[in-house]
Amino acid sequence: MNDPIIRFDNVVKRFGDHTVLDELNFDIRKGEKVTIIGPSGSGKSTVLRILMTLEGIEGGVVHVGGEPLWHEHGPVGLVPASQAHLHRMRGQLGMVFQQFNLFPHMTVLRNITEAPVKVLGLGKAEARDRAEELLELVGLSDHAQKYPHQLSGGQQQRVGIARALAMRPNILLFDEPTSALDPELVGEVLNVIGQLSEEHDLTMLLVTHEMRFAREISDRILFFDQGRIVEEGSPAQLFTSPQRERTREFLGSELDRVLAV
Amino acid sequence: MTPHWIEYLPPLIEGAWVTLQLTVFSTFLGVVMAFLFGVGKLSHNPFIRAFSVAYIEVFRGTSLLVQLFWLYFALPLTGQAIGIDLRLPPVVAGVLALGLNIGAYGAEVVRGAIQSVHPGQHEAALALNFTPRQTMLGVTIPQAVPEMMPAFGNLAVQNLKDTALVSLISLGDMTFRAEQIRNFTQDSTVIYTMLLFMYFGMALVLTAIMRLLERRVGQWRPGKG
Ligand SMILES: Nc1ncnc2c1ncn2[C@@H]1O[C@H](COP(=O)(O)OP(=O)(O)OP(=O)(O)O)[C@@H](O)[C@H]1O
Ligand SMILES: [Mg+2]
Repeated sequence: MNDPIIRFDNVVKRFGDHTVLDELNFDIRKGEKVTIIGPSGSGKSTVLRILMTLEGIEGGVVHVGGEPLWHEHGPVGLVPASQAHLHRMRGQLGMVFQQFNLFPHMTVLRNITEAPVKVLGLGKAEARDRAEELLELVGLSDHAQKYPHQLSGGQQQRVGIARALAMRPNILLFDEPTSALDPELVGEVLNVIGQLSEEHDLTMLLVTHEMRFAREISDRILFFDQGRIVEEGSPAQLFTSPQRERTREFLGSELDRVLAV
Repeated sequence: MTPHWIEYLPPLIEGAWVTLQLTVFSTFLGVVMAFLFGVGKLSHNPFIRAFSVAYIEVFRGTSLLVQLFWLYFALPLTGQAIGIDLRLPPVVAGVLALGLNIGAYGAEVVRGAIQSVHPGQHEAALALNFTPRQTMLGVTIPQAVPEMMPAFGNLAVQNLKDTALVSLISLGDMTFRAEQIRNFTQDSTVIYTMLLFMYFGMALVLTAIMRLLERRVGQWRPGKG
């Protein structure tokens, strides 16, 4: 229980000669709900994408569930991970994307059942039951036979969440899940995420600009700037009495952004 | 007395049947080739990639007529030189040349359509732990196919028209029959006008079929369902 489920250990990420993450260190405990905030380009998405194995790393070690993610134990120390290792590790994680990324050629139901059937080897009926349960959870039971383009953005994102949950991940990653939505549709998605945050066992890592929501559901906030954690703490600490000038500045600008809308 | 053109119809229709078969078989072969080499060109394996590029460039870079003559006249001689019987019946040579040729053009269509699928789709598939093969077959290709259909429709019509070339290796297609009647009757105007209309009619039907197929495979798309 004390072992972190996610550990970044001096992680370096570069794109060309641009260093995006500069010896980044942080831990997340099992079941913790953590929100990453920070200005555009600070590396928030990159952290999630590294965890989802969508981006590799140039230095350091990422641990998930006590095992190195991008490495394997070789005869003498760590070696780069094989495809098989990555495949196995990926099973612990799920991701919800800013642009939903639903499969447009599949019905809502198939979007949710496809991976459990093909990847986990679930029977069709079992996958269907699981999908129907999840559709009920996200309030879309009546939409199982529709195609994604027949749904609103908020509904699509709720399908995205159900699809990720169908794989029963231990860790769920959200990359700005409401940023692509019209303002009046944000609430329905946040409601679902808020409901999930009650799940004791599910570890959640969320990137969002919804500060009020982050404050409500997070155990801890990480404030990122230029690929480093400038400040971290409980929502109460970080939002009401930020210690760093940079944090205050950022929170001020976010407030202006919200008020300007 | 019946007008002459009615007497020309039976042999022309017989030829049309051969033209139709050539078109169908070679388009089918072309589609198979297009998928094999279109996907091959995007392979991570450098040998598969190089082989695919070579096929596409060779068949796009030489004329169909030369390919046809090579398969029909040169290949058997090459075979003779090394002691294998590589003589092909005209139909086989015709279908092969047409199919391989259209496959090379189609491969570029397939590659382009596959690359047009949004990268977010691959990321979602990876996040759900699909293997690259499952992603290709279950996510990428189904979304790429509707994208390819208009170009494949054009290629199929192109292919129908190209079948006329096989008359040059004595295959009894529509053009070959027309040529035979013309040699016999010298009635060029009527025969070639009929030939024109018959190809045009077949092209219209083919286009209509491709449109139907296009709609069928793109049913899930916005505004098409
Ligand atoms: N594929 C890529 N190639 C090159 N540079 C990239 C790539 N992906 C991200 N970057 C760069 O890495 C930096 C961090 O990007 P990242 O997407 O993690 O930022 P972010 O904090 O999520 O920002 P935002 O709030 O705008 O989403 C940025 O400077 C970005 O330009
Ligand atoms: Mg981002």
